[in-house]
Amino acid sequence: MDAIQTDAAGPVLSVRGITKRFGGVTALAGVSLELRSGEVHCLAGENGCGKSTLIKIISGVERPDAGEIIMDGETHSRMNATAAITSGVQVIYQDFSLFPNLSVAENIVLTAEVAGRQRFYRARAIRPKAQAIVEELGLDLDLDSEVGELSVADKQLTAICRALVNDARVIIMDEPTTALTHSEVARLFTVVERLRARGVALVFVSHKLEEVLAISQRVTIMRSGRVVTSGLATDFDRRSIAQHMTGAELDETRVVSPLDPDARARLTVSHLDLPGAFHDVSFTVAPGEILGVTGLLGSGRTEIAEAIFGARPAASGDILVDGLPVSIRSIPDAVAAGIGYVPEDRLSQGLFLEKSIADNIIAGSLDRHRNRWRGLDGMRIRSTISRLFASLSIKAPNAEAPVRSLSGGNAQRVVLAKWLATDPKVLLLNGPTVGVDVGSKSQILELLRKAASSGMAIVVISDDAPELVSCCHRVLVVARGRVVDVLEGDAISAESIHERMAA
Amino acid sequence: MQTLRRFRGKNNEGVLALVLLALIITMSMLSPAFLTAGTAFSTLRSATVPLIFALAVLVVIVSGGIDVSFAAVAIFSAYTAVSFAITTAPDLPAAAIIAMAIVIGAGLGLINGIVIARFRLPTLIVTLGTQGIFVGVMYTYIGATYYAQLPPSLAAMSSMTVIDFQTGTGRASLHVMAVVAIVLAIVVWWMLTRTMFGRSLYAIGGDVEAARRAGFRVMRTQVLVYVLVGVLAAIAGIAHMVMGRSANPQDLVGDELDIIAAVVLGGASIFGGRGSVIGTVLGVILIQVINNSLLLAGVPSAWLRAAVGLLLIVGVGVQAVAARKKARRVHTLDEDKSDRLVQEGAA
Repeated sequence: MDAIQTDAAGPVLSVRGITKRFGGVTALAGVSLELRSGEVHCLAGENGCGKSTLIKIISGVERPDAGEIIMDGETHSRMNATAAITSGVQVIYQDFSLFPNLSVAENIVLTAEVAGRQRFYRARAIRPKAQAIVEELGLDLDLDSEVGELSVADKQLTAICRALVNDARVIIMDEPTTALTHSEVARLFTVVERLRARGVALVFVSHKLEEVLAISQRVTIMRSGRVVTSGLATDFDRRSIAQHMTGAELDETRVVSPLDPDARARLTVSHLDLPGAFHDVSFTVAPGEILGVTGLLGSGRTEIAEAIFGARPAASGDILVDGLPVSIRSIPDAVAAGIGYVPEDRLSQGLFLEKSIADNIIAGSLDRHRNRWRGLDGMRIRSTISRLFASLSIKAPNAEAPVRSLSGGNAQRVVLAKWLATDPKVLLLNGPTVGVDVGSKSQILELLRKAASSGMAIVVISDDAPELVSCCHRVLVVARGRVVDVLEGDAISAESIHERMAA
Repeated sequence: MQTLRRFRGKNNEGVLALVLLALIITMSMLSPAFLTAGTAFSTLRSATVPLIFALAVLVVIVSGGIDVSFAAVAIFSAYTAVSFAITTAPDLPAAAIIAMAIVIGAGLGLINGIVIARFRLPTLIVTLGTQGIFVGVMYTYIGATYYAQLPPSLAAMSSMTVIDFQTGTGRASLHVMAVVAIVLAIVVWWMLTRTMFGRSLYAIGGDVEAARRAGFRVMRTQVLVYVLVGVLAAIAGIAHMVMGRSANPQDLVGDELDIIAAVVLGGASIFGGRGSVIGTVLGVILIQVINNSLLLAGVPSAWLRAAVGLLLIVGVGVQAVAARKKARRVHTLDEDKSDRLVQEGAA
């Protein structure tokens, strides 16, 4: 206890000059950070700026190529996972890192038991420990249910409980509030204050500006693997943080093409319903229109797109393409109807990573490139590939490079190219710019505008308000599985979207 | 409802127990010779070697791997120890022969474990490869002779029984190796549920990456798993020879899939993280009882394998369909926890 008091002035944990490369990509370039006890330190930055890698290095999961980690005055050139936990560093990962096959109680307590080098597992002695944490946080968690059966929010709460069960002195939370409702976030913040009073240093990793300012004392902002700025939270406001994060003025200018008011809807969705996911969803998308669909995580926004694409077909309701009703029970049905879908997790769902850019571009549209004898028409394939490779300005030496070697932004362009090659009538995109750097982001949005102007109907599912503002004609706000609001024209602004999403 | 769920068990062990019970009741009604201590003990006897193997397979499957080399390890280690005793040291005590087999089994398991954990290779491929290597090495360097007689110390164990009494229908005796299998089952059960090593197997089988982040020493645990499989396999190999009163290097290898089938039927998930000793024991016994009772009922033995195969697909299929239904349930909105919290927050 004394140790904590004397440390109060100095840093509990500091990292100096951390560098980390993955293959040819530099994820971190000389990053330094200091954490003091009793403070909430916000680590902000866009997706892919190196925040997650930094956390992994602090918690001993990744080994840095250079630099040092100083915990309690002791210098480590690298941590290992157990040393990090025993010295009091706890991470709540974005993917929770829970064991789906074990009970809530066991998930909460197991890491502490591992760190304590326990040989025996005493289920009876362990339960009260888990119970105590759950009660301290005032949570409603069934300790005996299996984690795999919990909702996303409950899984996250379990992960938070797990971090607290050890006497953590540094708690790092990676995007902790994304899946929580407003009241749950408020509750988390009360707990955070309580921990702060006990002298715990907290790192809040987030790209949500409001949160950053509400909870933190100090802010460090990263961009492309470097620390751009660091200082007291009171010295920043929403605009200046965004500026540092993106390296550009917050660009929320709207560029939308005028629509033909008489055109028949490309996509009509009426009274679509999937119990447990969404209810009574109706909307239309005109040719050339970009429709935004937004909502919190778990609001049903992804499920709606997956239902239209047939990945998780709706239980009832109608889908019409160009005014003709189509029955979509599976993905091939949707593709046949001219619907394309760029999934949220493009690395696992949208690309063949080991294959070349060319193969990936053509993978979805082989049927469109057949010759008279059902063989593949090499000439047309080559022309499609070179046309898309050039028009999407994919940064690679040539189209034969494997997709794995590409950065996030360029990989995303390949997914886009794959779907553009099929020339769909309707293109659904889920988080089209997640994990993409700022430059690529505006280029991808420009590509979407261009695709729309050729008459395609585009649906963008995203919780990135500026992105929706900049390219969407209309924005549907989804909450608890229902369309609760439709924003149009001048009503679309980052503030109005945030406001409606949270409502 | 709660007691019902508890009886059903995490991996449908309760359902399996009911099926077994129903089968026993049906058979007892059909044939009065069925429900006797003699039948029970002989079922246990025939289940001994499969059970020890199944325990080994259970441990690997829980950790998220698979091992198809255990039978090769068993025959390699037991045959090597026995043939060493026969050819060079006929007076070796049984304990020394068994210890020798166990050490050899552990060594072979270590090879599997190191290759798998160090190079992060798929467990099926590695053990498929080592299975062939072990058998080949045994034929080439140890020998391929069939020994109709065990060394005297082991031969003495062949007729050793723990319980032995006369009943109306004949003699009923419980072989000492059946007791060994039961003790091993209890030890493995204790290890899986009461030790951190056991829990780490479930954790690794559930999510390797999460286990690594939580500080489990994944590589070390994986190596230990295969060593443990080697040890159990060696004991099974010795048990097989003792009960069969001979040492045949061509035995055991080839029946691996039957054992894996029993473990999977017992509720273990082939994807790791799930499985219990109770389920495994029930799975093994169920298959033995089916074999015995179908024979008693006069079904040609060719159909036994078909029956077990059918049972496996139906048993696993029912579980898989139920699990898929559960997974398809979307967790977002119809459970109104978030609404309730909002209301509480407002109040």
